[in-house]
Amino acid sequence: MDNIAIELRGIDKSFGPVHANKNINLKVRKGTIHGIIGENGAGKSTLMSILYGFYQADSGEILVDGKPVAIRDPNAAIAAGIGMVHQHFMLVENFTVLENVMLGAEDSQILNKGIAKARVELKRLEREYALEVNPDALIEELPVGLQQRVEILKALYRRADILILDEPTGVLTPAEADHLFRVLEQLKSQGKTIILITHKLREIMAITDEVSVMRRGEMVATRTTAETSVEELAELMVGRRVLLRVEKGEAKPGEVKLAVEGLTVKDGRGVTMVDNVSFNLRAGEIVGIAGVAGNGQSELLEAIAGIRRAVSGSVHLNGKPIDVTGHADPAELRDRGLAHVPEDRHHVGLVLKFEECENAILGYHHDKRYLNGVFLNIDAIREDAEKRIAEYDIRPPNPRLKTANFSGGNQQKIVLAREMERGPDVLIIGQPTRGVDVGAIEFIHKRIIEMRDQGKAVLLVSVELDEIRALSDRILVMFAGRVVGERDPDATEGELGLLMAGVEGRKEAAE
Amino acid sequence: MSTPYAKLPGWVEYGLIPLINLAVAFLVAGLVVLLVGENPLEAAYHLINGAFGRGEYLGFTLYYATTFIFTGLAVAVAFHAGLFNIGGEGQAYVGGIGVALACLWLDQTMPWYVVFPLAILGSAFFGAAWAFLPGWLQAKRGSHIVITTIMFNFIASSLMVYLLTRVLKPLGSMAPQTRTFAEGGQLPKLDWLLAIFGLDVGTAPFNVSFLLALVAALCVWLLIWRTKLGYEMRTMGHSPSAARYAGMSESRITVITMMISGGLAGMMALNPIMGEQARMQLDFVQGAGFVGIAVALMGRSHPAGIIPAAVLFGMLYQGGAEISFEMPSISRDMIVIIQGLVILFAGALENMFRPAITRLFAMQSRRAAVVAQTKGA
Repeated sequence: MDNIAIELRGIDKSFGPVHANKNINLKVRKGTIHGIIGENGAGKSTLMSILYGFYQADSGEILVDGKPVAIRDPNAAIAAGIGMVHQHFMLVENFTVLENVMLGAEDSQILNKGIAKARVELKRLEREYALEVNPDALIEELPVGLQQRVEILKALYRRADILILDEPTGVLTPAEADHLFRVLEQLKSQGKTIILITHKLREIMAITDEVSVMRRGEMVATRTTAETSVEELAELMVGRRVLLRVEKGEAKPGEVKLAVEGLTVKDGRGVTMVDNVSFNLRAGEIVGIAGVAGNGQSELLEAIAGIRRAVSGSVHLNGKPIDVTGHADPAELRDRGLAHVPEDRHHVGLVLKFEECENAILGYHHDKRYLNGVFLNIDAIREDAEKRIAEYDIRPPNPRLKTANFSGGNQQKIVLAREMERGPDVLIIGQPTRGVDVGAIEFIHKRIIEMRDQGKAVLLVSVELDEIRALSDRILVMFAGRVVGERDPDATEGELGLLMAGVEGRKEAAE
Repeated sequence: MSTPYAKLPGWVEYGLIPLINLAVAFLVAGLVVLLVGENPLEAAYHLINGAFGRGEYLGFTLYYATTFIFTGLAVAVAFHAGLFNIGGEGQAYVGGIGVALACLWLDQTMPWYVVFPLAILGSAFFGAAWAFLPGWLQAKRGSHIVITTIMFNFIASSLMVYLLTRVLKPLGSMAPQTRTFAEGGQLPKLDWLLAIFGLDVGTAPFNVSFLLALVAALCVWLLIWRTKLGYEMRTMGHSPSAARYAGMSESRITVITMMISGGLAGMMALNPIMGEQARMQLDFVQGAGFVGIAVALMGRSHPAGIIPAAVLFGMLYQGGAEISFEMPSISRDMIVIIQGLVILFAGALENMFRPAITRLFAMQSRRAAVVAQTKGA
C-alpha cells in the first residue's frame, strides 16, 4: 500500500442542487502517470480543484502518502507536495520567468536574496528535468509551449511531488505536445507522480500508465492503459457505444460561394492577425482551417462574418462583395445566406442568461415571423424553438429554461440549430465541438456533413486537428496569420503539424 | 459547475432574499437607534404608523413612491441595456422645464386633462434630450456614461438656477421659482382612490401621476420583455459581443435606451410640479434621481419589483419624517442613515445571504429527492 501517492476516499461535492462529485474513490500510484478522462461537466475539474484546495469537499478524505491531510487552500496543497498546471496559465505576463517562478515563494521580504536563490534552484531544475527556459525572458514574449513549461517549473520549484495537469495540450502544436510528453516521461522517471486530466483519448493511450474514467460526477472505472482501448474508454465516458470515425462520401464541389481575396486584419494594437489570405469556398465542400489557436483563424472568421473590420482585401458572397473593410452588417449577411457559428458560444453565440427560445432567434429577431409590429411574437418563437429542440435532440427539452443551465453540448446544439435550420448557402463554423461531450460531437459532425451533402459551402475552423482531418475535404493551414499550405485530408498528422508550427510553411512560401 | 449559485425558486429569489436583506437592514438600523439612546421599537412604530397609520400618511407615502417609481424605472431601463444611468437627478430636473412650459402656457385657459398630456410629453422630451447627449457621447465617442451623466447633473443644476432666477421667474418676485399655476396646471388628487378603502387623503398631495407611474411600469415591462427593441437592449446588456454578432447596432441602442431612460426620469417632474407645488421651484427633485438607483437595484430592475421598492422608500421618507418629528433626538440625518442601511443591505450587499440560502435549499431538495426515491421503492 505504501506506493500510493494520493488516495481519495468518498469525495462528495455539490454546488447547490448540482451534484458535481459523487462519492469518488481514486488511488494514484507513486511514480506513474495517471489519466483522468471524462466528458465536459463530468466533474474532473471539480475533483482536481478539491485536491488543490480551491474547493472544499462536502465529505470524504484525501490521503497523501497514506496520511490523511486537510487541504483547505492551495497553500496547504503545495505544502502536501501537490502542484497544479492550470489550463489557463496563472502567469504574470509582464514579469520574467524567474519572477513568476518565485512569486508567492519569495522566502524573504528582501527580494535580492530570494532572487539569487531562485536563480540557482531554477538552474538545477532545468538540468535535472531538461526544462530549458531563459529565466530572464518576459512571459509575454514566450510561445505558449514555453509558458506552460514555466508553469511546470513553478510547481517543481515549490517541491511538488505530485503534478496535476489540466488539459495541458489544448493550446499546443502537435510538436509541442510531444515535447511536453517527453518532459512528463522524464519527470516520471525521476519519481514524480503525474495526474493528467484530458478529454483526448489519444493522449491517454499515448502516455498514461493507468486511466480513470469519470461520468456525470461519478468515477465509473479505472483501467490499466495497456489493457484497454480507445473504444472501451469512449464507451465508458459516454455510457454507450460511440462512433469515433465520421462516415462521409465523396465531396461534389460546385460553384464558388465564398471568395476571399488578399484579406488582411489587424487587432486593436495594430498587430497583423490575418495576413493577405486568399481562398475559395465552393458549394458542397468543407474547407478546414487548421492551426494552433491564436494564428489568425478567429480573426479570419470574424472578418468574414462582418463582426471585425478588415484592413484590406475583399470577400465575395455568392458573387457579390461583402464590405469587410467598411461597415459589414452581420444582420444583412444573414439575409444573404451566410450563417456563422462563432468560436465562443458563451459570449458571442449565445446570451447565457436568456431563455433557450430567446437565443434561438438571436440574429434572426428581425424575421417577420417572430414579430407583430414592434412586439415579439412569443408564440411563434416558442413554437419554432420547440421544433428545433425536437430535431436536434436538445436536452432538457424546455425552451423556457435559462441557457446557462444547458450543458456545453446542448448549448452548441442550440447555436447549430439556429444557424443551420434556415438553409444558408455558406456556413462558417468555429470550434464546433469545443467543450462538447463525445456523444454530441458525433451528432454535430454528422450534421455538418449533411449540410455539405445538401450542397452548402462549409468553412470550418478548429484547433482539434483530428476534427479537421475527419471532416474537411480540403485543409488550409494557418500560421502567424498566413495560409502556409493546402493539403488533402489524408495528409499525415506530422506533415500538418510541421505546417502548423510554421516550419514547412516558410520553405514553401520561399519557393 | 461554473455557476456555483444554482437557480432558486422564484419566491425565494424575489421574495425571501429581499425580505431577509430588509430585516437585517432594520435590525442594524435598530442598533443605531439604540446607540443614540432611544427605543428602536418606538422608532419602528413611528416609522410604520407615520407611513401607513392614516389616510393622509398613506397619501404622502404613495406621493413619494410615485416619484421613485419614475426614477426607478428610468435606472432599470438603462440597466437592462448594460448602461448605468446615474443622471436621473439631472434628467428629472430638466424634465421639469417641459412641465412648467406646458402649465405656464395653458393653465389659465385649459382644464388639467388637456394640460396634463402636454406636460407628460414635455417632461419626457426634456428628460430624454438631457439623456441624449451622454448617450450620444457614449455611442460615438466612447465617453463613459457614468461619468457624463453625473457631470450632466451639475450642468442641469446650474442651468435650472439660471432659468429659475432669470427666465422663468415672474417679474417682481424674489423667490427663484415660476409663478403659481392656475387650476389647469394642477393635477387632481386621488382622494377617491383612498376613499374606496375608507381613508381620507387629507392634505397629502397624492395625485393622478401615481396612475401614470403604474402605466409607465406596465409599458416598461412590455418594452423590455415583449418588444424587439427590448430584446436588443437585453442582448446588449448581457453580452455586447453577442449583440454585435447578431448585427445589432450598439450606438443606436445606446442612444435610444438613454432617451427612454431620461424620458422616464423627466416624467418624475410631473408629480412635484403639477401634483404638489403647482409651480416649479429650485431643487424640486431632492435626490429622487439617486434614490431611483436604489429602487431599481432592490426591485431587480423589474417593474413588479420596482413598485414595492418605491413604496418602501416612500415609507422611509414619510415615516422617517414622522420619527424625527416624534422623537427629536433622532435627527433627520439619522433617518438618512437608516435609508442608507436599507440601500446597503438591499442593494450593495444583495448577495450576502444568497450562498447560505442556496445551500439550505440544495440540502432540502436533495432530502426531498431521497424521500421521493424511497417512496417510489
